[in-house]
Amino acid sequence: MKTYLPPRFVIDRYAERCIACQVCVRQCSFDAHAYDGEDDEIRSYEKNCVGCHRCSVFCPTQALNIRLNPLSYRPNVNWQPEFIEDIIRQSEGGGVLLTGMGNDKPYRVYWDHLLLNASQVTNPSIDPLREPMELKTFLGRKPDRVELDPASLSLKTQLAPQVAIDVPVLFSAMSYGAINLNVQESLARAATEAGTLFNVGEGGLHQTLYKYANNAIVQVASGRFGVHPEYLDVARFIEIKIGQGAKPGIGGHLPGGKVSEDVAETRMIPAGTDALSPAPQHDIYSIEDLAQLIYALKEATNYTKPVCVKIAAVHNSAAIASGMVRAGADIIALDGLRGSTGAAPKMIRDNVGIPIELAIASVDTRLREEGIRNQASIIAAGGFRNSADVVKAIALGADAVYIGTAALIALGCTVCQQCPTGKCAWGIATTDPILSKRVNPDIGARRVVNLLRGWSLEIKEMLGGMGINALESLRGNRLHLRGVDLTDGELDVLGVRLAGR
Amino acid sequence: MGCGLCEVYCALAHSTSQDLIKAFKRERPRPVARIRVERTDGLFLPMQCRHCPDSPCVDACLTGAMYKDPDSGAVAVDPYKCSACWTCILVCPYGVITRDIGTGIVAKCDLCPGRDVPACVANCPNEALVCIEDGADAQGSRLAAAAQERTGGH
Repeated sequence: MKTYLPPRFVIDRYAERCIACQVCVRQCSFDAHAYDGEDDEIRSYEKNCVGCHRCSVFCPTQALNIRLNPLSYRPNVNWQPEFIEDIIRQSEGGGVLLTGMGNDKPYRVYWDHLLLNASQVTNPSIDPLREPMELKTFLGRKPDRVELDPASLSLKTQLAPQVAIDVPVLFSAMSYGAINLNVQESLARAATEAGTLFNVGEGGLHQTLYKYANNAIVQVASGRFGVHPEYLDVARFIEIKIGQGAKPGIGGHLPGGKVSEDVAETRMIPAGTDALSPAPQHDIYSIEDLAQLIYALKEATNYTKPVCVKIAAVHNSAAIASGMVRAGADIIALDGLRGSTGAAPKMIRDNVGIPIELAIASVDTRLREEGIRNQASIIAAGGFRNSADVVKAIALGADAVYIGTAALIALGCTVCQQCPTGKCAWGIATTDPILSKRVNPDIGARRVVNLLRGWSLEIKEMLGGMGINALESLRGNRLHLRGVDLTDGELDVLGVRLAGR
Repeated sequence: MGCGLCEVYCALAHSTSQDLIKAFKRERPRPVARIRVERTDGLFLPMQCRHCPDSPCVDACLTGAMYKDPDSGAVAVDPYKCSACWTCILVCPYGVITRDIGTGIVAKCDLCPGRDVPACVANCPNEALVCIEDGADAQGSRLAAAAQERTGGH
């Protein structure tokens, strides 16, 4: 069928610079460049270009520029080009529109409407280069009160298992299958080096990554892929995945074509079969059912590690979170509207869920009101872009954050949203053995560690500016936030005052 | 990952202009890369001179142009002595000596004298190329591989 879709990008090739070295031809996994031997020239096929910049970054003479195709439709507020092209795509292919990465729609990003405080005159700011600054975070259930033995001054209260992390940023769940082993190894090594954790997602823990298991969060998701006693035993903590910000209420489907021998072995399923994760966990239809699974996992691991429950941030998150804590979750992970994915129906990704900022605030408020906030740590996820977002999330009430996209960007991702195609030119969202080589774990781990180091330094600077010398003192301290350009209702949910007040 | 940037930067390092665009678009004779990425299904292997300790090319050279640097152990070619008989190309067990048609003599990896690391290594975006002295028994491992080939792997 003749496609009516126009090319989305224009490839500018500056002829005076192009040396026809064919690096772009070899790097493009979407066939947007081809070499014409007869004319000794490279030609571009713009209809294939996805705008991932791989060619442009690798071109040794900077002879390539990629820009949006300026092809304009007649202006129409209702019929935006995206809607027109979605209909064209569906009329040619049928079926559900699939996409990757996080929600790209212009919903308000509340981080950009929240401002941090700083000390002036009446309280001193702290210089983190000269004075100690504490970012250490303990994840897990905290006791209602602590008792000391008066004689020895040692702790009498028996503490629930705690997980200490040196920086309040963890790597969110990305499974082997959605990403390849080189990417997982990069994250595993970065987490080990930076003193944080990586989440293996629902694809199991590959044998080669067991040596990083002390920094691994293992998932028990609706498909129960790769779950066995050793998997639970070696992990730092266990996460029960109920939902995901990019596709709340939707299951997963790793096509059989991507289930290689290696992926199959890790997932404990036959090679070549579709890996179907049901939408719900079929043994969890209530908070009581959730409690059963939480305690089954705690029992299986002899109460040595926290159990986390991850949900997508939805309308009733606060009430659900309360139930989760009461069901025995030691950590709750909230994944917001802008949470990312390797593949999701576009309509779900773009239209379901609530922004993470509002979810953190409402869940934290609810748990405080019920006097159970200490019983679980909160990990927030979904579109964290920089260290200021992290600091604001912690001031709103999160204990730590998950980053997925930011970590992948450190590895080369340009958020081109082609993950479901499995042809990722940056070698990230693909298990193709040739493309996977593009992520060298030696380089990948270094890049991600650098990112975390940069964020840590910035977080310390921001804390110092506020006159705080420990992240713990900022947690849930919303007086350090002020809102700008927000309605009374939004300020009310966020529990933040308007700037100037 | 087979991008071929090592070939590009090798040619640049052996150009007169030392400028990518001039070297590839205007320079005549065109600079020749001394490294070549061998490509088969899914496997990319950059091939360049192994600087073999036993160096058959040095033994075979008719004019004494090919020599082994006594200090570094690197195999190099003296352009003033090379008679372009291509005997070294015939005997090279790795097939990594090429004809430079422009200059009329052979071209091979010289480990980029004057640089800290060879240009191919410095510009490999994936750190796939490293420059190390491993002191391996090149002749021994070659003969072993050849013997295995002859006996069909048994």
